[in-house]
Order: sequence, then C-alpha cells, then structure tokens
Amino acid sequence: MSRQRDDYENSRWRKFRSWIDGEVDPLASGIMIQPPKAPIEKRIEKPKTENPVTLQSESIQDKDREWNQTPEEKKDPEGRGIRWFCRFYQVMSVFLCLSIIFVLLWTIAYLPAFGNAGNPDNNEVSARYIEQGLKETGAVNIVTGMILDYRAFDTFGESCVLFIASCCVLVLLRIDAADGKGSFRDTKNRAKKTKGDPENNIMAEPEAVRTVIARKRLEEADDRLYEPKNDVILQKCACVLVPLIFVFGIYIVLNGHLSPGGGFSGGAVLGSGLIFYLNAFGFKKTEAFFTEKIYRRLTLCALTFYCMAKSYSFFTGANHLKSGIPLGTPGAILSSGLILPLNICVGLVVACTMYAFYALFRKGGM
Amino acid sequence: MSFVQNFPFFSIIAAMFSGILSSVLDGRKARNLSLLVIAVTTGMSVMVLGFCMRTGESYTYMMGHFPAPWGNEIRAGVLEGLTAVMFGLVMFFAVIGGMDHTAVDVEESKQNLFYIMIDLMLSSLLALIYTNDLFTAYVFVEINTIAGCGLIMIRQVGRSLSSAIRYMIMSQLGSGLFLIGLSLLYDVTGHLLMSPAKEAVAVIEAAGLYAVPMLVIMAVISVGLAIKSGLYPFHYWIPDTYGYATPTASAILSGLVSKGYIFLLIKIFYRVLGQENVIASQMINVLFVFGLAGMLMGSVHAILEKDTRRMIAYSSVAQIGYIYMGIGLGTQAGMVAAVFHMFTHSATKALLFISAVGLYEVSGDRKDYRSLIGAGYRNSLAGIGFAVGALSMVGFPMLSGFISKLLFATSALQSPHKMLPTVIALAVSTVLNAVYFLRLVITLYTIPSGEENEGESTSALPEKQKPEGIKESREKQIVLKRQRFSKFRLAVVSYILLNLVLGLYSQPIVAAIGKGLSMFD
Amino acid sequence: MAGMPLFVNIEETVSIILFGVGFTMLMLHRNLIKKIMGMNIMDTAVYLFLAAKGYIKGRMVPIVTDGIQDVSAYINPVPSGLVLTGIVVSVSTTALMLALTIRLYERYGSLDLDQILMRAKEDEEV
Repeated sequence: MSRQRDDYENSRWRKFRSWIDGEVDPLASGIMIQPPKAPIEKRIEKPKTENPVTLQSESIQDKDREWNQTPEEKKDPEGRGIRWFCRFYQVMSVFLCLSIIFVLLWTIAYLPAFGNAGNPDNNEVSARYIEQGLKETGAVNIVTGMILDYRAFDTFGESCVLFIASCCVLVLLRIDAADGKGSFRDTKNRAKKTKGDPENNIMAEPEAVRTVIARKRLEEADDRLYEPKNDVILQKCACVLVPLIFVFGIYIVLNGHLSPGGGFSGGAVLGSGLIFYLNAFGFKKTEAFFTEKIYRRLTLCALTFYCMAKSYSFFTGANHLKSGIPLGTPGAILSSGLILPLNICVGLVVACTMYAFYALFRKGGM
Repeated sequence: MSFVQNFPFFSIIAAMFSGILSSVLDGRKARNLSLLVIAVTTGMSVMVLGFCMRTGESYTYMMGHFPAPWGNEIRAGVLEGLTAVMFGLVMFFAVIGGMDHTAVDVEESKQNLFYIMIDLMLSSLLALIYTNDLFTAYVFVEINTIAGCGLIMIRQVGRSLSSAIRYMIMSQLGSGLFLIGLSLLYDVTGHLLMSPAKEAVAVIEAAGLYAVPMLVIMAVISVGLAIKSGLYPFHYWIPDTYGYATPTASAILSGLVSKGYIFLLIKIFYRVLGQENVIASQMINVLFVFGLAGMLMGSVHAILEKDTRRMIAYSSVAQIGYIYMGIGLGTQAGMVAAVFHMFTHSATKALLFISAVGLYEVSGDRKDYRSLIGAGYRNSLAGIGFAVGALSMVGFPMLSGFISKLLFATSALQSPHKMLPTVIALAVSTVLNAVYFLRLVITLYTIPSGEENEGESTSALPEKQKPEGIKESREKQIVLKRQRFSKFRLAVVSYILLNLVLGLYSQPIVAAIGKGLSMFD
Repeated sequence: MAGMPLFVNIEETVSIILFGVGFTMLMLHRNLIKKIMGMNIMDTAVYLFLAAKGYIKGRMVPIVTDGIQDVSAYINPVPSGLVLTGIVVSVSTTALMLALTIRLYERYGSLDLDQILMRAKEDEEV
C-alpha cells in the first residue's frame, strides 16, 4: 500500500481503491461535467414533466434534481482530480484492451493453420459424425444430428438457458396487479378505471407504494398509446408477408434434419413473424390466438416432451438398451427418429420465447 | 450396470423437470415441489456416494447411445457424490430457513418463478459437479449464472437490481474468458470430453507442442472461473450481491454458487489440463498469491464494514481466498484442505446468513451492526447459530472451521517454498477474522445498558419505519408468518449440526475427499 | 513461425481483436447499453473463432449430399454445433441484461452504471 499522506482521503489512490470496492464513484461526478451529457439528461426529464401523474413522479423529479445538483456542488474541489482520473481511465482501458488482444494474438500465432485438414480438431470425433452420422442418427444434416443426438445433453441445457432467461425477464418486466392475481387483464381494467382521476385511486391503493414505476406501468399497460394504429401499409404488408414467414419458419423447423436450419433458426423466424403480426394488428388481435396462458402451456408441453424424450434416450443409451425408435429412410421428412419432434419442440419454445421477450419489453405482459 | 448408477442423471433431470413444471404451478406448490426435489436429489446423491465408496472407483455414464469421444457423458465418483450431498443439504436448509422471507420479499404472483430459479440452480450445480464434458460445463455455467442473477434480483428493490447487473457483468466477463479458453483448448486438442481431452493434452505436453497456447488456456480458464467465484481482485460485486438479496438467495449464492465454479475448476485442473502441468506452469502460484491477498484484504474490508450482512459477504471474499490458497499450494494435501474448506464455508456461511436474518428481525431490520446489541437475547437460537458460525469461521476447536485451518496449516508444512507466507497469512487472517466476528458476537450478547438504550431502540424503530410504508408492512407480514417459526429453527439447528459433524467427524470426510481426488486422475 | 500465422489465419486474428474490444467494453464502459453491445461483440467473436476453426479449405457444409459420406468431403461439424448452442446462450443473457437495464433506467433515469450505483446508494440512505 502507498505510504500514508496527510491528504490520504483525497488522494487518487484512495479514490481508485474506493471505486474498486464500489463504495464511492468518483467517475459519476466526472460524467456530469462533460457538456454533451447535459442535454440528454434534460431530454430524459422532459417526458416526466409532461406526465399528468403528479404525486409520485414529482418526488422522483425532486430526487433527480437533487442528484443532478450534488455533483456540481461537489465538483469544485475535486474537479481536476476527477478529470485527470477520467483521462487516466480511458488510457488504462485502451491499454488493457491492447494487452488482452496482444496476449491472445500471441497465443493464436502458435495455433494450427486455418483451413488445414490435418488440424487436431479434425480427428476421429468429426470423422465418425460424418461417416456414421447418417446411419446412427438418420439425419442428413450432420450438425443437427450432432446437436440433437450425439451431444443432446448440451442442447437440452441450452433450451433450459432460454427457459430460465425468459423466467428472469418475466420477473423483471411482467406487470402484476397489486392484488397479486397476476393477470395482465386486471391491470388493464384498472388502468381504464383509473383514467378518471388517477391520483385518488392511487392514494386509495395501499399497495401503490410500489412507486412510480407501477404507476407508469399501469399507463404503459394500456399500450395503445405507443402502438401504430391501423397503419394501412403495415397491415397490407403483414397480410402478404406473415403467412409466408410462418410457412418459411415451419419449413425450416420441419426440415431441420434434412437441410440447413432446425428448431432454433426456424423458431426465431416464427417468432419474428408473430412479432410482425403483433406490430401490424395490435395486441387485441394477437391475443385472440396467443395469450400468456397459451404461451405457458406450449412452453411447458414442448419442454416436457423434450425432457421425457431425451431422458428416455439417455436412459436406454446408458443402460445399453435398444431405444426402439425407428430411424426411417434418410432424406424423408419422417425420418431420423426423435430429431424431428425435438426440432418441433425447440422451434415452439424459441418462437414463444422470442415473442414473449418482445411483448414483455414492450408493455410488460402478453 | 447397477441401478444406482443412474442416479446422477436422474437427479439432474429431476431438478430440471421440476423447474419446467413449476412454471405452471402456484407459489406454494412450486415451493413444495422444489423442497421435495432437493430432498430426493440429496437422497440420490447419498446413494451414489455410498455406491462409489463401496466399489471404490468412479464410473462414467453415457448420456445417449454413443460412447466417450462422441456423445455427452457424466461422471460420478466419491468426491462428486460428497459434494452433491453437501450442496443438497445446504440448499435444502437455505430454502427452508429463508422461506418466510421469500414469501414476503417476492411478489405473490412471482413466487413460482423464484422456485424455478432454485430448481434450475440445483440442476446446474449438480451438472457442474457431475459433468465430464467441457461444453456441457459451459452451458450449465450459464444456467447457473442466470439463475443466480434471478435469485438476486427477485427481490425487486433498487439496490438488488443494481447489484444484479453488476453480478451479470462480472459473470459474463468470466464466461467470455471461459468460452474462449474452451475454444482454444478444443482447437489444440480436438476434444470436448474431459478424458480424451486429457489424453490429447498429455500427448501435446510430451511432444512439447503448443506451449504458449496451453499456458494461455490455463490462465484464461482459471481467471474466468476465478472471476465468477469472486477471487480477491474480482470480488467487488460480492458485498452488494450477497448483502441485498433475500436470505435464501444470499445463503445459496455465497454457500453454493461460487463453490460450484471452484469445483469445476478443480475438476478441469485434474481431469483436463493435468494437475502436474498446472503446477509446472506458474498459474498455480498466481492463484496462490491472489488467494493470500484475498484472505487478508477480505478480512480487512470486513472489519471496516458497518453493515452486518456486507460484513459476512466480505468474509466470504476472505474464505474464497483460503480455498484458492489451498489450490495454489499445489499439493494433494492442499487440495484436500481446499475442498474441505469449500464444505466448511458452504455450511457456515449459509448458517451465518440465515441466523443473521433472525437477528435482524428482532432488531428492527437496520443495517448497522450496532443495532444488534443484545439481539442474542431477543432471538436466542439465531444468536447461538450466529455465534457458532462465527466461531467456526474464526477456527474454534470442535467446529468445522478449525479442521480446515488445521488442514491448511499441515498442508502448508509440506510445501517448503510456500510454507512461510501461508502460515503467516493464516495467522494474520485468523486474527482479523476474530476481530470482526468476535466483535459481532460480543455485540449480540451485550446487555443493552439500562432503560436509556432500551428506550432508544424501541423509539427508534417506528421512527425508522414510518417514512416507508413498505417496511412496516414487511415487518408485519413477517410477524404474521412467524407462526411457522419452527422452520427457521429447523434450518439453524441443522446447520449447527452440520458444522459439528464436519468438525467432529472430519476424519472420514477428509479421507473420502482424498480418495475422491485420487479418483480424478 | 511466430508472427506469420497471424496474417495467414486472418479470421482468427480478427476474431481475437474483436474479442479484446468486446471484453474491454463489457468490463470498462460506463454505459450499460454499450456494455451489452460489448458482451455481444465478445460472444460473436468467439463464434467467429470457432467457425473459422471448423472450416477446411475446399470442403462442403456438413450436410450429406449425393450420398457421399467421406470425411474428406465435409468440414468439421463440431464447431458449427457449438456455435449454434452458444448463440442461444448469448441471446438469453442479452435479453436478461436488457431487461435489467430497462428496470434500472426506469428507476434511476440513467444508463450510466456508476451513476446508477451512486443513486442506489443515496436512495437507500434517504
């Protein structure tokens, strides 16, 4: 540690260390000084002032102002040190970046050459995948055969990553009615009810302590404000394109074992089709065929089937039992055993999750 | 093939499936399901452990119809079984002990999501323990990270959100490094499964090829996993993360998540890179130095800290330092000590977090440790639990912490170059530990001096709570849930017992760890 | 030997540079959105690296065509599979980080991590 100085509390080392520990953020005030930031801050504030809701958003604004003021008051004694620190920080970042790149470049300079068939990774593993893949998995697409049969456990884990990420996003962004019933519809109804006098209602609500965010979300819940209303061009395009996108997505999913593609890519296409439809026609029409309930059930069914099917094949495989699932004729749609149904499951999960991400990011519900 | 051999696979799949199923259940059912699953998987792990002890060897289990270099595989041995049992126990009691708080901290309609995180966390920990495939390890590391993040942010207050994003950022840095290390390793060995990869590494080392890439691979994988487990210079996300999550989450995160990564690192050292290669490279010394630094600096930070939970979190930094120091010694004995300390720390830290919450409840839920004056009398069991945990961390005889310090010291004596720094650091760190833990324990058992203090504490409470209605309702809700107080007791008593068992019956456990480690080769 | 392969293995060189840039951005940039961008750059760089590693000159994609099942006809399928798995993982983490960012922005009105942490601290003390 550096030697103790009289003004240790103000020294750069001290600041640096306290920043490392996450106690103080000398940078935070440094940012305020930078001129270009100021208009951005204002822009952020603006919509809030226009906000008809007064009660809580004002308190937040006060806080905002407070926050914005404090560093300016503080800046005088420390200003130079912080500016110096900022520059130091930038230089150090560049230095760190270059050193990481240098170390890794030094490493890859010793790696086997690009595109060479004799590299260590082109060994018996890939050879068997290529030579025996068709016979053992029935999939013409070797990559699909590999990820859904040889290395299916990874892929199952990967579906779970998607599942748990969507759960996390649900936790973060789903708006639940304060009474805990958890359906988006309640929120919407309440939003409609409260339109007359929002303040009173909020005051009457004891749970409304969930602050401005809850308030703002109630408004956003009635997402029509943000939605393009009956845009003719968009709707006409959607009429033409959405069926095509869906057909294309389904094709990719179903042909996962025969051609490039598979559950993930096809699911992403399907999901984007759903999102497109939603943008053109709005939540009301989408909800006619796709609600949160359906989302949950689809995901549950798909993942359960996936889980069961793979458990069966893992169990039989490890215990050296015959799996008894016919592989079919290579090249036919109904071939390659479990790969086709698994692809469909994965496709469903991915499509639903993509749509759920979009809907949650946009208005916090489905 | 014995039926028991299926159990590692069953436990991973059962945990995953319960997570998937919980998405349509309500909070209560999801909770019960998750408790059931944790209990069942722990039972299975016990049987796996028994099986491996009996047969005296480890076995691999094909995940699918294809053998080693082609298909996925998991592997179970004594050490895997033991770790799975420990993790299962700690997790079970963490969920039970923090249950009432979970019910209050988490929104009613999102309760089931919390238990999804718990289930998937369990499955990913089990998968990290049992895996025999590097890429599987990567995927489950990610599940673990996301589930951990979910556990942190599920209590949706500002501070936990900001610590969640910090946690995510650090974890992603770690994952990125781990992934690039994996890719480089794949490039030079051509294998993703651990055993063939190890053979390939041995061939490479013998031929003297790829010296630089191997060194960098070692460094990158170690640093990546060290970041994720919170080794000293990368620790700054720890205090916030552990300090502001809901108690169950704090206990699980500090007790288990970081240990999962450390276990994976040990496994990679032994089963992929080859322990002798790691020792031959300087990597082990780097870990050693960082471990020592962590031991000292973590304790110093803990002493400077006022908030009890952050104090415990900083103590975690120190304990992670111990573990890395043990790994860094580079001897079999050091590794045994590190693994044993892993168990000690999971049991003790979970006990500390859970009992600290019990103490907070009776002291008005304030941050400052001074508010805990006399709390040991107000909630005697929590006080005892906390005292036991603290003494164990300090290294009081009969408790598990003592044994791990003993093991560290004896193993240090075997490695002549590192003996002196290790012993000195152990001594200094123990003193520092004693300073803050005993300060806390003494605070707990200080009789509030007269009426003046009493009046202060009682009048201070409502004052503190008034501005925030949420706090008041929270307190009330917790009191309402207090009818089922016995759950908290059960958890604390079990953790104390676990500590005593680790402390008093350490001999067979240490022997089992040694046996398990030798099975790794 | 050293030095030359960098220009031969240009794909790998590029991917490593991207990895470094992304890593640094994720670690040191103050803006959360840019951090997330950095994370994506980093992940994508690894996928580029893997994809480059799987490639073999003059060979086809690993989809059996015309019944040819000879090793010398196709590139290595393993890295492609890893990339597929990796992409989904990075999509998930990105979604999670973005959701967190939205919540933090709603609460603290800033995307600057340091500012957010400062405000979180002040918020608690109040």
